[in-house]
Amino acid sequence: MNILYDERVDGPLPSVDKPALLAALREALPDLDILHRSEDLKPYECDGLSAYRTLPLLVALPERLEQVQALLRLCHQRGVPVVARGAGTGLSGGALPLSQGILLVMARFNRILEVNPQGRFARVQPGVRNLAISQAAAPHGLYYAPDPSSQIACSIGGNVAENAGGVHCLKYGLTVHNLLKVEILTVEGERLTLGSDALDSPGFDLLALFTGSEGMLGIVTEVTVKLLPRPQVARVLLASFASVEDAGRAVADIIAAGIIPAGLEMMDNLAIRAAEAFIHAGYPVDAAAILLCELDGVEADVHDDCARVDAVLRQAGAREVHLACDEAERVRFWAGRKNAFPAVGRISPDYYCMDGTIPRRELPQVLAGISQLSETYGLRVANVFHAGDGNMHPLILFDANLPGELERAEALGGRILELCVAVGGSITGEHGVGREKINQMCAQFNSDEITLFHAVKAAFDPRGLLNPGKNIPTLQRCAELGALHVHHGQLPFPDLERF
Amino acid sequence: MGTDLSQQLLGQVNQALRQGTALRIQGGNSKAMLGRPVAGELVDTRGHRGIVSYDPTELVLTARAGTPLREIEATLREAGQMLPCEPPHLGPEATLGGMVAAGLSGPRRPWAGAVRDYVLGTRLITGHGKHLRFGGEVMKNVAGYDVSRLMTGSFGCLGLLTEVSLKVLPRPRQCLGLRLEMDARQALARLAEWGQQPLPISAASHDGEALHLRLEGGEGSVRSARERLGGEVVDPRYWSDLREQRLAFFSAPATLWRLSLPITCGVLELPGQQLIDWGGAQRWLKSEAPAASLRALVAEVGGHATAYAPGDDSSAPLDLMTLRYHQALKRQLDPQGIFNPGRLYAHL
Repeated sequence: MNILYDERVDGPLPSVDKPALLAALREALPDLDILHRSEDLKPYECDGLSAYRTLPLLVALPERLEQVQALLRLCHQRGVPVVARGAGTGLSGGALPLSQGILLVMARFNRILEVNPQGRFARVQPGVRNLAISQAAAPHGLYYAPDPSSQIACSIGGNVAENAGGVHCLKYGLTVHNLLKVEILTVEGERLTLGSDALDSPGFDLLALFTGSEGMLGIVTEVTVKLLPRPQVARVLLASFASVEDAGRAVADIIAAGIIPAGLEMMDNLAIRAAEAFIHAGYPVDAAAILLCELDGVEADVHDDCARVDAVLRQAGAREVHLACDEAERVRFWAGRKNAFPAVGRISPDYYCMDGTIPRRELPQVLAGISQLSETYGLRVANVFHAGDGNMHPLILFDANLPGELERAEALGGRILELCVAVGGSITGEHGVGREKINQMCAQFNSDEITLFHAVKAAFDPRGLLNPGKNIPTLQRCAELGALHVHHGQLPFPDLERF
Repeated sequence: MGTDLSQQLLGQVNQALRQGTALRIQGGNSKAMLGRPVAGELVDTRGHRGIVSYDPTELVLTARAGTPLREIEATLREAGQMLPCEPPHLGPEATLGGMVAAGLSGPRRPWAGAVRDYVLGTRLITGHGKHLRFGGEVMKNVAGYDVSRLMTGSFGCLGLLTEVSLKVLPRPRQCLGLRLEMDARQALARLAEWGQQPLPISAASHDGEALHLRLEGGEGSVRSARERLGGEVVDPRYWSDLREQRLAFFSAPATLWRLSLPITCGVLELPGQQLIDWGGAQRWLKSEAPAASLRALVAEVGGHATAYAPGDDSSAPLDLMTLRYHQALKRQLDPQGIFNPGRLYAHL
């Protein structure tokens, strides 16, 4: 089923009179930058999930909080849907516009308001780029830990909305673990503070609930993040294996030895070869899998842990273990991994990046399953894997110019995510559901669970004006999918009406 | 292992929904000093117990809500692992469900994170009489809203927890207690400075006379920090005594208050006795001063105060906007208001 908004299954959207809305906005907010001509709207028709595009009704580019507030009030009064967007780097279509909705671009809120070294926090506007926070904190020896691979471009408001991760999550957590306070505007344009300047706040943990809610519960207007002292040293080991099973076992053995690496990444042979051809990182192209294990902290501990990990890796059957001899080599080892996606882009006209998580022990079975699916669908799959926290990024290689390949890639991707759910994992570890995985939500959650998600949404946005259609599917959508997708002769939603 | 009473618990909730009866959820009843007393039919979770799965190499433990916390900690200890948030038991019968529902964290909290940071998934019985699963046993999971973390610290007001999956971590190889003679002002200044450096500090408290530090990490980092920071080596049991409120400070007769403060707020002059925890971000206060005046002083510096004495004054009040969204969530998730009504706030 197509993932673009479909009123038949995703619910009716209000029909909005564009000229009247534009006139009302101009009258209420004469100094607000609004784009309305289709050639101006074009650059905003998609986010990082560029296979799906919808021209928004209007694009608003506010610069002041009061403008956002007034815009939300006006949209609330007139029943106009609002889709928030930060830097537009999201990979799940969380900021995919609606043809009947305003795209609210928060990118101009790009000021760092405060860096407080004593308090180890930074207070920033939502359009500030992830990396810019660490750069501003660097003179104090501090940094902001979550580092999604888009960190040079992605903005912190989007990070909060998606609960962004990165390669260092196992040790340093996701966005939700690194926030103190978030200021939001509700759908009615009222200010609400989640969290506090202290480490907790009274009542329910609305900050945790809001983090990762994909613009469905409110609009982020200010973020206070925690800063950490930069580790004294970081070292990385590169180990090569004759089988992915051995590499998977080595990961478990490292954890069992009581070591929590800062980063622990796995790549399979196809990904290794693509990265090596692109970056010349020094990867062994004949290995079935490699592990990159980064250890950081105080020098003496890192030195000891490197020796421990080296021993564990060899014990687990590594063919070769190489400790990066200097910073240049460390950076080169990482460059291969960090450029794995564009590297795959060089060996295939198009690729589709998945984001499932699994319990780590299931890795060999899941990789075997993926390789079977890859044969069935006739598409190659390269695997890169945040092995420490069980987050897989299978990259499906296809050619969009060949008829039917995109659809086949999507179908294969869907099957891979269902495989993740079947072994107790999740359809998304860090990219979010957005529109991309709206159908797979029906595989991960039953109708009662989805109903409870809708109840949470209703507490904040009863009319469903914020980012309609994202994150949580309607029961109708799941029912129709269920009808297409009968498991063991049983429908997943047996007691639901079907049309 | 253990006993699965989830069907009975579901039956009890469904009966309460049919009859419109309020339910009072209770595990070991070790956190009764917080919030308000609830009038309602008792739901005793302690029969629903047992560790459902634990694989140390996955760093995840799943157990039923009524499982005693000490059983979980003993199991983890055997595998060389721990709950990094060091949840206070505050009684011998403390359960996993109570730990998550109360959301209290111990001395390691500013460095390792709070209870909610380690909650990966939950199963819960909802106000619609359904037994549902949210989150799971994986470290990263951003599908749908984070209902599991919303449940953490909600004192059973939004549903009945039946099972929780937690992220766990290896115990540090070295643990060392230090005592440094200095006053509170000096201690807070030092902590602000050390906080910007990569030191293996995992707990920091000032007891009125001296700064207590706990160092945790590898042999090398603990040794070099110990040499650098000076002071005398003391028994690290100070930290479990602080967590369980067994230090002499806690036995004074006045009301016990927990103040949660911005780490930068410095020494705070308040009526009564103080003990600094969480490197300054949490302070314990023994005071007879009226709640309203204490709360005003604490709010002025950006913090909030919780009384460890049951009643209307226990939970820090919410501003009107925040209260509105609390009520909206309560209405949506527990429309008949059967779960611990009034446990946190009178009309919630």
